[in-house]
Amino acid sequence: MATPQPQRDALVQDTPLWIHDLTVAYHRKPVLWDVNLSLPEGQLVAVVGPNGAGKSTLIKAVQGLVPRASGAISVFGKPYEEQRHLVGYVPQRESVDWDFPVNALDVVTMGLYRQIGWCRPVNRRHKAQAMAALEKVGMTPYAHRQISHLSGGQQQRVFLARALVQDAQLYLMDEPFVGVDVATERAIVALLKDLKAAGKTCIVVHHDLQTVPTYFDHVVLLNMRVVEAGPTDAVFTEENLRKTYGGKLTLLSDALFEYSKNPQLPRGRKGGQP
Amino acid sequence: MEWTSFDTWIVVTGALSAAACALLGNYLVLRKLSMMGDAISHAVLPGLALAFIITGSRDSLPMLVGATAIGVLTAFLVQALFRLSELEKGATMGVIFTTFFALGLILIRQAADHVDLDPSCVLYGAIELTPLDVYELMGMEIPRAALTNLGMLAVNLLFVGLFYKELKITSFDPALATTLGINATFLHYALMTLVAATTVAAFESVGSILVIAMLIVPAATAHLLTDRLGAMLVISVLIAALSALLGHLGAITVPTWFGFTDTSTAGMMGVATGLIFLVTFLLAPRYGVVSRVLRQWQLSLKIVADDVLGFLYRYEELKQPQSPPVQAGDLQKALKAGGSLWPALWQLKRRGAIRQTADDVLPTETGLAQGARLVRSHRLWESYLCDALQMCPTDVHALAHDLEHFTDASMSEALARQSGDPNIDPHERQIPPLPK
Amino acid sequence: MRQRSTVGGAYLLTLLLAPALAWAADAHDHGLDWPSLMDFLRVLTLQDYNTRVVIIGTSLLGLAAGLIGTFLLLRKRALLSDTLSHATLPGIALTFIIVSALGGDGKNLLFLIGGAALFALLGTGSVILIQRFSRLKDDAALGIVLSVYFGLGIALLGLATRMNTGNAAGLSAFIYGKTASMLLFDALLIAWTALAAAICSLLFYKEFTLISFDASYAAGQGWPVVRLDFVMMTLAVVVTVVGLQAVGLILVVALLIIPPAAARFWTYRLRPMLLLSALFGALSCYLGATMSALMAKLPAGAVIVLTAGAIFVISLLFGSARGLLRILLERRAMARKIGRENLLRSFFELTEADLAGAAIRLDDLLKQRAWSPGQLDRLVSLADREGLLNRAADGTLRLTERGIQTATRVVRNHRLWEAYLITHADIATSQVDWGADEIEHILDGEIVRELERLLPEADQPAMPASPHALTPAAEME
Repeated sequence: MATPQPQRDALVQDTPLWIHDLTVAYHRKPVLWDVNLSLPEGQLVAVVGPNGAGKSTLIKAVQGLVPRASGAISVFGKPYEEQRHLVGYVPQRESVDWDFPVNALDVVTMGLYRQIGWCRPVNRRHKAQAMAALEKVGMTPYAHRQISHLSGGQQQRVFLARALVQDAQLYLMDEPFVGVDVATERAIVALLKDLKAAGKTCIVVHHDLQTVPTYFDHVVLLNMRVVEAGPTDAVFTEENLRKTYGGKLTLLSDALFEYSKNPQLPRGRKGGQP
Repeated sequence: MEWTSFDTWIVVTGALSAAACALLGNYLVLRKLSMMGDAISHAVLPGLALAFIITGSRDSLPMLVGATAIGVLTAFLVQALFRLSELEKGATMGVIFTTFFALGLILIRQAADHVDLDPSCVLYGAIELTPLDVYELMGMEIPRAALTNLGMLAVNLLFVGLFYKELKITSFDPALATTLGINATFLHYALMTLVAATTVAAFESVGSILVIAMLIVPAATAHLLTDRLGAMLVISVLIAALSALLGHLGAITVPTWFGFTDTSTAGMMGVATGLIFLVTFLLAPRYGVVSRVLRQWQLSLKIVADDVLGFLYRYEELKQPQSPPVQAGDLQKALKAGGSLWPALWQLKRRGAIRQTADDVLPTETGLAQGARLVRSHRLWESYLCDALQMCPTDVHALAHDLEHFTDASMSEALARQSGDPNIDPHERQIPPLPK
Repeated sequence: MRQRSTVGGAYLLTLLLAPALAWAADAHDHGLDWPSLMDFLRVLTLQDYNTRVVIIGTSLLGLAAGLIGTFLLLRKRALLSDTLSHATLPGIALTFIIVSALGGDGKNLLFLIGGAALFALLGTGSVILIQRFSRLKDDAALGIVLSVYFGLGIALLGLATRMNTGNAAGLSAFIYGKTASMLLFDALLIAWTALAAAICSLLFYKEFTLISFDASYAAGQGWPVVRLDFVMMTLAVVVTVVGLQAVGLILVVALLIIPPAAARFWTYRLRPMLLLSALFGALSCYLGATMSALMAKLPAGAVIVLTAGAIFVISLLFGSARGLLRILLERRAMARKIGRENLLRSFFELTEADLAGAAIRLDDLLKQRAWSPGQLDRLVSLADREGLLNRAADGTLRLTERGIQTATRVVRNHRLWEAYLITHADIATSQVDWGADEIEHILDGEIVRELERLLPEADQPAMPASPHALTPAAEME
């Protein structure tokens, strides 16, 4: 483990997430290469980049879910392992088996398991806490429904509620907007705003470039290495996007980009069934 | 058939070992590790054989420890080999358990000369003989096998009870468990250790291969019956105990029908769980085949009935005063409904939505109103898909046709509001107003 | 990395230790008679006609299983063969009962194989039904069918042993395998069937490859995937049922799984894999059957499987494509290379202008990256030994001439990769390769020249400037 450098301590102290020299690799292929990041507190941060850019890997490497080849990570000035209780995690929806015999309330209660402690049962107070979290995401009516009988958006909201109930300071969310309906998208956005108002930091892996300027204050452009990171206004520029996405984007990026800069235009809905 | 205390003890021993297995089996099924149970139960053979050879007896404790150790080693090797070799998990298990089993066979061959040990006894158990080997406890003679399995069941109950919450979260979402600081690896190996121990404890009564039946089948059956983990645990244990009873009953009755005296109880226990599974697989209220087929059929019938009403309404819209009434044959042709038209018509008649004289199908007041509502949904969908979602160049009709059957009154009104309460659909037909 | 070798070692050790123990336990009552050298040679060189047919038949079986097993493994169906081999037991027992009851010879191999094949197919069908019509996952479907059919088999076997007519004792050969009890006819039957199955699997080489690689694509191309799957499974059933007598029903699955799994460690390509797998299968069976012919007490199936297991362990450790040793060495070399390059890059970043003149203190290097003092010390010592730098008496470090050259090359490579990631962002991530000493090994010269042009310091092709700021943690401020 690396020892945090003395002169950086002051800088690192308040930073919800500080990543230094992070490299994650698979055989000869680096997935993340020399990533350095320091994220400001109380902001909504989008992590964007093309497929295979290592966005999810970044979120996982922070939490030690994938092995790191090198790198130091600190959460509010201390190593992640000591600060787990400050971090809430929303994994990708397809990472679990939705046929599992639990209902929405059970899943949310899981967020409290560490707090409850080994071998101790869940009691009524914990359930009430979980219900409160479900209410925040508008899922109260579905609390006792088996999770396979929820729609994709509802499943996502259950995951969010589970992260909420952890009452963390830093939230890591892996593609929460993928495959969700309009209602859920709105619910997630409102929730992010609430979290920000409460002084929490949210780091969200995001795939929809159009909505980045409206949803997020801060952007990390990632393509194996950090192309650019900073406040959305400054960093979310066409040139940086081109550096991140390459030629593929240039074909449609100009139009897309103009579009995203004019939030008063009606935003397009995603295709498919409403 | 004559039932003696012998039979009672056989059933009790069988039920206890089956219950101990089934309890843990739930977690194997939910973690998609069913075949790990298979691998472990095959692979403990060399452990059993080694314990026999070293101690020279069939005493339980060294056997339990030796074989459990090999079982855990199997689980560890499967995991390690899987991670190191990029082989598929099934193949990893196949490589390891067959090698271990082969080793076990050779060891038993070697041991067979000086220890009373027969490979087939290890494979299929000898539950019929367990009541002979008794242990004096508070003045009662209790078969040792029953006590062993009772102990195992108690340990498993304690494990599941204490770590209920941790087992649940590591089975459902191991990544989250890890980020919460709950050690998923530890629990995995704790579970594997108990599976191996339970397998060994049960091998004497049900045999090392039928253990798999008790590990997996009751749990899988329970999974088809409930959506709650707690209920699943209870149901699986009950099924396991029931199959012990049915298995022994079957072993001493069924063969007599064919002129035999009896057969292996362990084998019949496997058959009994299989039958219970089969019945559940077919008849489970929510996830059974029959109820699924029935639901599917009801849905398709509803769709045909809806289409009939829609057709009648549209016909009513277009028809001239002298037009003849709709014939059932026309409906069949127009809706491509085939044979399902008749039950649909029968259903509509019973609901009072249509009248049928000979082959003429006439809508009633209610039928027309329902038809209007359907056509309204359909055309509102078309408008919405066309105007709000700009999907017009594609075939919105087909999509609207599917959606209209799943649109209730409130959704249809929400649609109307969203698309600005139009009167005319994209095909310039009138959208019927909401019927009173 | 250490865990890797430990696992392999542990596996090898258990394999070696247990038979040794067995023989040790056996030593005092001479349960196993070691054959004389003459016997040994006679069997190995196939001089006895009966033994010759049995051994050749079994070897052909291993060959066929190796071929078909390769496709099963690639189709991710390895354990399905386990289920269907267990499912044959009720077929064998029931056939025996019926044929004996009708007054025939219950142990007629043709009948028994027919019954076994029927139940193997029934079992496969049941697995497919459970997979399609329930919420249960594949592994549960396999486990259910395997155990319930086996239970039924044991119940029926219980009946068979209680029959007055016929002698059911020989049926155990089907569970454990016993080449010694094979009749000449049985051996010939096995040989010809296995040969036919092997030829059949080669005839469908192209089709099986396609559906194993990407079934949905094959279906999209109009291939009859379901029927081809059926053919593949039928071949697996054929190999399984004819292998029952030689290897036994619990272990016959090993013939379908172990040889292809072992072959995979030697190659990344399909043809050599098929060839090796067939060879391994045949070799295991040849050695196993030979041993069993020499020592009648050894269960043939177990010996065959242990031989295959030994081949697997050797392949796992020393395989030329994915063997642990090779991977271990590669990883070590890669870790060293990366460590060295990181060290040299840090040197460069600290001194940029003056690589030759500057003496660097360890402390400065330590701040540069996320390495611990111990790690850094090891890297520096290594680089010292490799002649890349000199450590002065006061602890300061200075690059040697060779060190400067290497550092320059490393930094140039790295910066070109960075430039490439930015300018060709859409394809770049898939191209970046640490293994290459120079970027030219991966990208063609044209692109490299283009990258050099794009960088600000294009006039200095040996050393383009880094396109990003070099003080990492300060990026955000």
